[in-house]
Amino acid sequence: MSTSQATPPSEFNSALERRRFTSSLFKNCCAFLSWLCIGILGFLLVHIFSAGWEWVSFDFLKNPPSRMPHKAGLFSAFMGTIWIIVTTACIAIPMGVCSALYLEEYARKNRLNTFIEINIANLAGVPSIVYGILGLTLFVRFLKFGPSVLAGALTLTLLILPVIIIASREAIKAVPPSIRLSAYALGATQFQTVFHHVLPAALPGIMTGVILALSRAIGETAPILMVGAVAYVRKAPSGILDGFTALPIQIYNWAREAKPEFEGLAAGGIIVLLVLLFTMNSIAILIRNKTQKAQS
Amino acid sequence: MAETATFSLGKSKKRSRWIEEATRSGFFLCALASVLTTFGIVFVLIREAIPFFQVVPLTDFLFGTRWNALIEPRSFGVIPLLMGTMIIVIGSGLIAIPIGLASAIYLSEFASDRTRKIVKPVLEILAGIPTVVYGYFALTGITPLLKLINDDISVFNALSASIVVAVMILPMVASLCDDALKAVPRALREGGFALGSTKTEVSLKVVVPAALSGIVASFVLAFSRAIGETMAVTLAAGATPKLTMNPLESIQTMTAYIVQVATGDIEHGSVSYYSLYAVGGMLFLITLGANLLSHRILKKYREQYE
Repeated sequence: MSTSQATPPSEFNSALERRRFTSSLFKNCCAFLSWLCIGILGFLLVHIFSAGWEWVSFDFLKNPPSRMPHKAGLFSAFMGTIWIIVTTACIAIPMGVCSALYLEEYARKNRLNTFIEINIANLAGVPSIVYGILGLTLFVRFLKFGPSVLAGALTLTLLILPVIIIASREAIKAVPPSIRLSAYALGATQFQTVFHHVLPAALPGIMTGVILALSRAIGETAPILMVGAVAYVRKAPSGILDGFTALPIQIYNWAREAKPEFEGLAAGGIIVLLVLLFTMNSIAILIRNKTQKAQS
Repeated sequence: MAETATFSLGKSKKRSRWIEEATRSGFFLCALASVLTTFGIVFVLIREAIPFFQVVPLTDFLFGTRWNALIEPRSFGVIPLLMGTMIIVIGSGLIAIPIGLASAIYLSEFASDRTRKIVKPVLEILAGIPTVVYGYFALTGITPLLKLINDDISVFNALSASIVVAVMILPMVASLCDDALKAVPRALREGGFALGSTKTEVSLKVVVPAALSGIVASFVLAFSRAIGETMAVTLAAGATPKLTMNPLESIQTMTAYIVQVATGDIEHGSVSYYSLYAVGGMLFLITLGANLLSHRILKKYREQYE
């Protein structure tokens, strides 16, 4: 027994070596492909910053779009994005949180509520361009809002509602049932339980989800392009029924131009957009980390 | 004293019941809005596609091999647009699926916590970058690189669009596969190791088969994302609907056509305008089918370990 352990048959030995070799080869391939993702991100950022950095300046932020590259800026696009996002947030957050509260706290298990749940899951998978078609037809034409901030914001609301609902439900689900039971035990109504106890406890989680959903809405191009690109707008909107242009639309328009200067402008616009997204995501992550620490 | 107390209690009870009912119905209406959205999408697509199908027969639309919607002589055969979409989907799938699955296996089976802490956020960042940025990247970053390798490639081509769409869906494939692999219980792996298998053998012959339903479901979801992807293909793949399998040429996808019609100066009410809804309806049906399929795979073939 001991001799066979000391010198295993040579065939077995070579198979083991081969298997070990394949194993490490496979591992290294997988590792390489994972690090490749980081390489791609690095290449993308370097490419954009090297093309656009020289175009980003104070004038770039405060000038209106122009046919002349050196005078062009994205003030109206930036303000348009802010208008759209604030309007979207005002509509989407209350609706999304209320839907989530209904599904988690009020809904009984019946056919209608199951249908609503399945429906929300499916809506999250509908391509954004289909929401663009809906917005263009329903808000711009049927309801006659025109290519306005309101039409764009309503379209984005429909687009991010499923995301907000799903994230809020997760946050509400994470509130321990004991909190609800103690509230009821003290004689609170369901309204009081939900608004004084469940909602405050779920708020950080909801805020994280909402900020991530809004930052997705900022970058959404296709639906906003379909709703708003009909009008050529130089001015920043001053009301929700004004026409608008937004950062992604402006980037798209510049990227389509043949002149190389516009390529630089597009990259400059992308830098501004990415900085905006980065700031919002950092806030979301900060809130998440803070609450995780507080809970543990 | 006691009387007034019961009286006010009864009054506030009545009020609170009213508040209960009002919030309940208000919340219900909000939840119903999402159902209305679905009905809205279906209603709009059907209603506006009717004028189109009154002029163009359904069979011509589904089986025609020439798409020439914007200039005379018009022709509305959707096959070239479908083909354009398929080139992008297949091309991006061929790139994203192996890389995504390999990263997922690496992250869940091999990588140290430190590596995970670097790679996972990078994947999240890649997933969060807006699609128009990827379009710009394809046009100005990838295409010139491809031109260095092969000079015949046109400025707008399906290959560079496929590459960026692959980068876009890769994080989704990787993180969904990672979740599926991590859900496989440790005991299965330990059983494999106890029989003398190497780590790779355990990963490929035990863990991946056990997580197969989740992995396949993630592929189907990625497929649906790639079909619906719009801005990158609009910017990088071109606007020439064409029946080709050559990824070096300029093509047009269904989504890019929709953008072209909606943003161009096409007369509202013309057949070309209504063709937008026929193409949009088709896109909606295909992605809906893919999403339902992925749910079904997850539900039906999930291995239960209790």
